[in-house]
Amino acid sequence: MKLLQATGGHGAREEAEPKKLKLYSYWLSSCSCRVRIGLDLKGLEYEYVAVNFPEGEQQTPEFLKLNPMGYVPVLVDGDIVLADSIAILLYLDEKFPQHPLLPKDSVRRAINFQAANVISSSIQPRQLMLQHMREKLGPQEAIACAQDDIRTGFAALEKLLKDYAGRYATGNEVFLVDLFLAPQIHAAITRFKVEMDEFPLLSRLFEAYMELPAFQDNMPGKQPDTPAEHRV
Amino acid sequence: MQQKSASPVDNSTSTAPPKLILYSFWQSSCSWRVRFALNLKGLPYEYRAVNLSKGEQFSPEFEKINPLHYVPALADADLVVSDSLAILLYLEEKYPHKALMPLDPGLRALNLQAANIVSSSIQPLHMVSVLRNIEEKFGSEERSSWAQSKIETGFFALEKLLNSLAGKYATGDEIYLADVFLAPQIAVAIKRFNIDMSKFPTLSRIFNSYKALPEFLDSLPERQPDAVN
Repeated sequence: MKLLQATGGHGAREEAEPKKLKLYSYWLSSCSCRVRIGLDLKGLEYEYVAVNFPEGEQQTPEFLKLNPMGYVPVLVDGDIVLADSIAILLYLDEKFPQHPLLPKDSVRRAINFQAANVISSSIQPRQLMLQHMREKLGPQEAIACAQDDIRTGFAALEKLLKDYAGRYATGNEVFLVDLFLAPQIHAAITRFKVEMDEFPLLSRLFEAYMELPAFQDNMPGKQPDTPAEHRV
Repeated sequence: MQQKSASPVDNSTSTAPPKLILYSFWQSSCSWRVRFALNLKGLPYEYRAVNLSKGEQFSPEFEKINPLHYVPALADADLVVSDSLAILLYLEEKYPHKALMPLDPGLRALNLQAANIVSSSIQPLHMVSVLRNIEEKFGSEERSSWAQSKIETGFFALEKLLNSLAGKYATGDEIYLADVFLAPQIAVAIKRFNIDMSKFPTLSRIFNSYKALPEFLDSLPERQPDAVN
């Protein structure tokens, strides 16, 4: 597998000594973006290993050994190999407690999990149908379906978060759900051309996220494997 | 909404009403996960049926419980939690007895990974609403082959993920979060989608372990107060 390797996190290292954490990621993957933000917030250095989706690297036997579902992100921490963004982020949160990703009170914690799951179980998986739709119905119809799914999910999130949001989704600090929201809103705007006027809360939150380097720096346009034509 | 008390197998002798209220639909596999977990943790609860086929999830009553209109939802005194993963993680923190998450961090993460393969990569892709959509756009044959292929892709991945770890249950000899998600998913795959489980020896074996548990049997859709035969 030809892998583009680059140093992620803060500061480049010149020594050949391998970093302990390794993240398999794809520039455009919103699931990978969630974890990139989390690693950055916690100040964790890691090796960025790009998986080239258009060339099918996620289906190579080598990669399938890491994650049999063929998805990114995958985190390697010594002997531990983990896939799935929620599993990875909760693992990181337990091991590296700086900048905790979950609020202390149980209500807000539950809202974080629920909202993260609205994105990771209701919105994002439908995008997996996109390829299928594109082949059968054509690109425009496929985008229209994706837009519908995103809008439904966003309407649900507006409702869910309205009583809890502060500067960020569940208060005045960044938590787990913000790591899910930012990449999803970014994708909605840039890839699926969703009009955000209907979603005032999510629009406001996205502006707040884009003021934070940990979010900005980890968006698709700024990754080691971002193609030149998409680089920001 | 239909209301009945349902006690898990190891019933308390107290006459006080259960503190927990579970909003559930008998056929919802997401609700099934929580029923199974409540039984495993020995937590009594009141079962409140929400009839999804009659649209009760959109009633003003249920809107107050979960404005996103889905089951399961769990009420614990003043607090209401919706979404099966959110509920299960809440229960783990509040009622740590008979833990469904292992202590080892790597194993915990693996349980979450397996649970999320089910809840993000399998179940959402064969929900009734999604299948109806597929059928409308592409026809009924496409509907069956879509469901089958999504389930099998997920099951093949789970086999690989779990085959070196599984013992009596998915990640060893103790029952954990992954099992709570897998049990209903495998049951639905067999019953509703006729998946050939001989391709999945690890999943078949652990499913046999689930079937031996009264906690699992009590959580079966057909044993729920709102089941229609």
